[in-house]
Amino acid sequence: MKLSIQVNEGPYQHQATDSAYNFTKAAIEAGHEIFRVFFYHDGVNNGTRYTTPPQDDRNIVDRWSELSAEHDLDLVLCVAAAQRRGLVDEGEQERNKKDGNNIAPGFRISGLGQLIEAGIQSDRLVVFGD
Amino acid sequence: MSMLHTVNKSPFEKDSMNSCLRLSADGSSILLIEDGVFAAQEGTVVSDSVKEAMKSKKVYALQEDINARGVQGKVMDGIELVDYAGFVKLVTEHDKVQSWV
Repeated sequence: MKLSIQVNEGPYQHQATDSAYNFTKAAIEAGHEIFRVFFYHDGVNNGTRYTTPPQDDRNIVDRWSELSAEHDLDLVLCVAAAQRRGLVDEGEQERNKKDGNNIAPGFRISGLGQLIEAGIQSDRLVVFGD
Repeated sequence: MSMLHTVNKSPFEKDSMNSCLRLSADGSSILLIEDGVFAAQEGTVVSDSVKEAMKSKKVYALQEDINARGVQGKVMDGIELVDYAGFVKLVTEHDKVQSWV
């Protein structure tokens, strides 16, 4: 089955992002296709590669990046939510004249249309948030 | 058409569990996750309304979140515990998923 996931909360703030990760992993293990993981609102904070948690804590950002690399996951940050919170890729850096970018491997920034498309193209859309 | 509802808030913190019980159709399923699992406990002020709901709806709770909060052993009869694989299975077995956050 084709599934999409929506994450509305940032890492280390609420369990939502951990639940979303565990669910996504379990769905892949069960043989389902993940069409897209869409990060909305504070959820975009899952996509900064500058995250450096203590060594004895899980690295939530790396965990998503690794899962994406292993299973070719499409991890999309909402552009409006990302701009507000300072999540920048090369394109956004150029467009908004910023002095750097911080997007983590496996993530990309795109519009809300990507969430709508995920809803249409997937058999199920599961939302995790606070 | 059957729907899966997920509730992730403690019923003692927010009203989303009550809203879910009130608005979900008979024959639908409710999965308690995160702090929502507190609604699965026996002997609380919401136990009776959950029991009432279980006459027409199936209630599940996520084992991992139950264990994390130490409420295993206090779970009401009739509530089925599932792991993440079971969560995925519930999602695929129902036509739609509604998250009450």
